[in-house]
Amino acid sequence: MTGSPLLEIRDLRAAFPGPSGPVEAVRGIDLTLEASEVLGIVGESGSGKSVAMMALLQLLPSTATISGSARFKGQELIGMPRREIRQILGKDIGCIFQDPLSAFNPVLTIGAQIIEAIRLHDRKISKRAALSRAVELLASVSIPQPQQRARQYPHEFSGGMRQRAMIAMALANEPSLLIADEPTTALDVTVQAQILDLMRKLAQERGIGMVLITHDLGVVAGMARDIAVMYGGRVVETGTAEQIFYDTNHPYTQGLIAAMPSLDQKTDMLVSIEGTPPSIFSRPPGCSFAPRCHMAQPMCGETDPELRQVNTTLTACLRAEELAGQGRVTA
Amino acid sequence: MSVASDIAKGDSGKVGQLFNFLNRLPITGKIGIVILLFWTVTVLTVQFWPIADPLMMAARRLQPPSGANWLGTDALGRDVFARTLHGAAYTIPVAVVVVVSAVVIGSVAGAAAGYLGGWTDSIIMRAADVTLSFPPILLAMTVAATLGPGLPNAAVAMIIVWWPIYARLMRAQVLEIRTREHVEAAIAGGAGKTRVLVVHILPLCWTPTLINATMDFGQVALLAASLSFIGLGAVPPSPEWGAMISEGASKFYSWWIAFGPGMAILSVVLATSFLGDGLRDLFDRRGPK
Repeated sequence: MTGSPLLEIRDLRAAFPGPSGPVEAVRGIDLTLEASEVLGIVGESGSGKSVAMMALLQLLPSTATISGSARFKGQELIGMPRREIRQILGKDIGCIFQDPLSAFNPVLTIGAQIIEAIRLHDRKISKRAALSRAVELLASVSIPQPQQRARQYPHEFSGGMRQRAMIAMALANEPSLLIADEPTTALDVTVQAQILDLMRKLAQERGIGMVLITHDLGVVAGMARDIAVMYGGRVVETGTAEQIFYDTNHPYTQGLIAAMPSLDQKTDMLVSIEGTPPSIFSRPPGCSFAPRCHMAQPMCGETDPELRQVNTTLTACLRAEELAGQGRVTA
Repeated sequence: MSVASDIAKGDSGKVGQLFNFLNRLPITGKIGIVILLFWTVTVLTVQFWPIADPLMMAARRLQPPSGANWLGTDALGRDVFARTLHGAAYTIPVAVVVVVSAVVIGSVAGAAAGYLGGWTDSIIMRAADVTLSFPPILLAMTVAATLGPGLPNAAVAMIIVWWPIYARLMRAQVLEIRTREHVEAAIAGGAGKTRVLVVHILPLCWTPTLINATMDFGQVALLAASLSFIGLGAVPPSPEWGAMISEGASKFYSWWIAFGPGMAILSVVLATSFLGDGLRDLFDRRGPK
């Protein structure tokens, strides 16, 4: 591989037709992921984080208009013909979905689906070889009795087991990039940690780069090297995990961190950010976080700030300097 | 969905699984199966049964039911009981051919419409709408009359009447299933359009079609008999049920002539309704039992 990053997204935009003209769900995001690193994308529902990933994998409905650039190993994914991107999807790029129950075909056994994934990209492999590979994969994600398990249907698996199987399937063709869209959201808290550990271990062992999409800062905390915080279809702050957690310069990130209950402090009330994210049909003209921001001033409703270097992180906030250097605000 | 996989499940004992599945049917559904099994066996073996020749005319005309002629004899002295049983070999195969053809044609058209969308969708579904806008019996009569009397032509007419029902059913299913996450996951795994449709969408679509086809079977048998009744289906002297009832209608005081075929049609329609209802209860676990 050359020195170019594994995945390089520049000014990615995705818009859908709305009742009065197109509405943009993703409004120009820039992200970079180096090989075998983990990038966390954090944001609330509707912040555009999943749409952005689906846009670059061409999984959005054909009514969506996508522009910008997304280079995977130097190849432009945006606008790539369907025939060509099919060779990459499931082979070089693996996907893990939020709900492992609905992400499996309910009428095929888990084994059959992994075999399908293998044979889709390796037409020469025999059924028998593909089966033993599938069993191997199931074993590698710590599924006990993989031989028997391969013959079972998705509904016979528990939630955590299903997500393990999903990971096994995503790894089937030894991808170099794994896109995990809320991989633990549908799981019990106790299982979440196991799944995250497993993903981290496998990604490290195999040198897989990973984009981890989540609304849970706690999920990316121990996993990601870099974090991008998304709000209203844009990246509002990006930096290394450490910088984001301890040195944030954006009031939204600050709010997110403050909303995480802390173990060190006794809390009676859970902290939240007042209000709801703006509807994509009626975005405020200026900073989209302004209506909920405790620091908002009249100028915030007029100009939508660009990302700029403030202190250590890249921040899109007009008043970032005032926050800079305050360190972690709560706890 | 889990029921569908219950059936598909297992490398061993598929027959046993099917039996277990059918065993969960309500009693009416089981009665339906028994009746349909009876008629199936009759269709396949009736020519070997030790009953009277359905076409043999005897001097004993218009005899009421007796020990010799269990359901009496018709205006030409033919044994109504034998004719009723032999009649199954006309009506039931026609109903099978019609339902299977309508399901195949309708499902392919509906799946294409739902999956491809756009022009394909518009053309196919408008054709279905036009067909469905006619009363079924009227359209079937018109087509059958145009093609000329005879069971094969009646079958063609009925397929034309029936395919749009399955097209609509399949289209609606495909539209729903294609938005499921596992379809998206398959696309994200690099599967092509055809593969997604055949492997990931269609296997989840057949339940409503199966239930509907079961229920429609009786209706198709009834329509086949209706066409024969008005002389557009089976031609004399075939012992077709509708044609027999037609003969009985002109000899109104010899009630037994129409009784046999009438009860036969009733049993088929009831049996398929029972079975269809039972299957729907088993497949659709959301609804009240």
